Amino acid sequence: MSTVILLALTGLGLAALYFLVASGLSLVFGLADVLNFAHGLFLGVGAYATWWAAGNLPGAGPDGFGFVLAVAFGVAAGTLVAILVELVLIRPLYSRTIEQVLVTVGLSLAGVALLQATWGADARPFPRPEWTRGVTGILGAQVPNGGLLLIIAAALVLGALLAFLQWTRYGLVIRAGVENREMVTALGIDVRKAFTLVFAIGGAAAALAGALGGVYFGTVSPGQGSSLLIFAFIVVVIGGMGSVLGSAYAAVAVGLLQQFVNYYGTSGLGDICVVGLLAAVLLLRPQGIAGKVATA
Amino acid sequence: MTEVKSPEVPAPPAAVPAELDPRPGRWHRVRPYLPLVALLVAAILPYSTLQLPGIFEGPVNSPGTLQLLAICLIFGGLAAGYDLLFGRTGMLSFGHALYFAAGVYGTDILVTKAGLPLWQAALLTITGGTILAALLGAVALRTAGIAFAMVTLAFAQVGAILVARDFGGLTGGEEGLPLDVSGLPEALVGVTNTVNLYWLALAYLALVVFVVHRVSGSPTGRVLAGLRDDERRIGVLGLDPYRYKLVAFTLAGGLAAAGGVVYCLIVGGASPHITSSELTLSLLVMVVLGGPGTRWGPVLGGVLYMYLDHRLTAFGTSEAVDSLPAVLSRPLSQPLFVLGTIFILAVYFFPGGLAGLASRLTLLRRSLRLLSRTP
Repeated sequence: MSTVILLALTGLGLAALYFLVASGLSLVFGLADVLNFAHGLFLGVGAYATWWAAGNLPGAGPDGFGFVLAVAFGVAAGTLVAILVELVLIRPLYSRTIEQVLVTVGLSLAGVALLQATWGADARPFPRPEWTRGVTGILGAQVPNGGLLLIIAAALVLGALLAFLQWTRYGLVIRAGVENREMVTALGIDVRKAFTLVFAIGGAAAALAGALGGVYFGTVSPGQGSSLLIFAFIVVVIGGMGSVLGSAYAAVAVGLLQQFVNYYGTSGLGDICVVGLLAAVLLLRPQGIAGKVATA
Repeated sequence: MTEVKSPEVPAPPAAVPAELDPRPGRWHRVRPYLPLVALLVAAILPYSTLQLPGIFEGPVNSPGTLQLLAICLIFGGLAAGYDLLFGRTGMLSFGHALYFAAGVYGTDILVTKAGLPLWQAALLTITGGTILAALLGAVALRTAGIAFAMVTLAFAQVGAILVARDFGGLTGGEEGLPLDVSGLPEALVGVTNTVNLYWLALAYLALVVFVVHRVSGSPTGRVLAGLRDDERRIGVLGLDPYRYKLVAFTLAGGLAAAGGVVYCLIVGGASPHITSSELTLSLLVMVVLGGPGTRWGPVLGGVLYMYLDHRLTAFGTSEAVDSLPAVLSRPLSQPLFVLGTIFILAVYFFPGGLAGLASRLTLLRRSLRLLSRTP
């Protein structure tokens, strides 16, 4: 029994990581039709900025309030990079979907290479508070605290995002834009501001995923983002483009499936099952759990 | 019979591939023979002992240079095959590395683990790769556009996982699987026979260019170009877009698998990095840099990309770069940083790629001449 609980909670930890990456991707794709390959870069920037801040920023450190400050710095860096990318690179190419994808592809290649050039290709030990290394006993299972932290953070982000989308004016614009962008534009609302906002939200969530993923894995490396990104794409497709709640459901399904099959089957089988799930969803329900049909 | 044979259907007013568009000029008569001349020059290149300092490390006919050239040629062919999907049909597949990797690992496993003779292994691998492409394409093509890209990416990821996890000890996992050369024909083994591998790579490139050219000139190719420009119209004309896309996808997959067979021989084994999504992304970069939908653009892009990828590493560690301040020299020693930046600039400033550059320059020259004539 304790094994099942442990697997469920670590699976949820993984799901939290996927959700943090996928929610931004999903919103960006739903609203602006940009398939953002550079999202992994935002994650890398967040992770490295947190790592750098913990060592160099005055007041920040690997413990207590200093760690919160370091994570905040990482998230701010990720958000800033996302906004810059949107303003400088994506904005001139609106409504040219393929070119936008190409630019983000080039950016992901160049950006990861830049991280690698600056801090080396090898994984670096991530500064993390002492308590995240420990475990907490929940119903007889010893669950790593890093995973719990991820779950709590993802739940908070989910709540905040839903509240933002539900009750604020910009949330309304974003929801309406996902539904029908032309109509929103026709009503005289500048959707492009919403694009920048969505990029910023996505960048912040991805940077948070990078920082907390660093805590979870204990290391940070330049390629970390791109391997997570592929599963985040799968989560986005299963969940439905443009739906935050769909992403959350899909992330939980993918994380749990992966963790349980990898444990009870052979290692690696879970990842393949996830792709099987993707194929099944696409054949039976192409629009995903909740979302619009994914066509360009 | 509901199937409509394509020749009886009036050709859709889709964009004619650039090479079919007759362009009068001084080179008008020589033009059709230029590819043959290029092929001939490439074929006799290994006989030259030319030293090109800075471009190649040894003379042109040294095994090291020939191997680099052979790899460049393979990737030229791969890019041309990928262009059949991206440039000619408008399908954005992020999983093309899978079929290439299937070719490499298939040959390697069949020769090294199963002990088959090379020709049987190659035949089985190419057939298997083509069937794999047909099966996965049949599922992936249920989606379109960006979702198609993601699904192909996911399938390719399964391939990468299968290779990395080393199920049944077949693939050698992270270490890769060196090719067992004892059963191979003499002419393809050893450093002194690199020249034969070079010719093999050249033959592969010629084959791909020929096939892609024939396909894009055929009625099917017109339909593919029509799918790229306006899929709904093709549907309205009574043709089934799904079927045509599947044909293109399968053909490109088979060509990539064949490329994998030759690559496996040249490199002498398989390593897991060829299954990574990064390889597909670089194929995309090659095609866009070269000029999508043109006959020579992707080939040129592929050859140049691989050449730069290999040579920039040497360039990055050279003295000229090392003497720069660290802020500049470190990124410059990363080939992917340089190539990625060039790629982004290319998307913005010369969308037609290298192939489109010539016509742009002609336009520029013509307008300059007009300017100079008017007083």
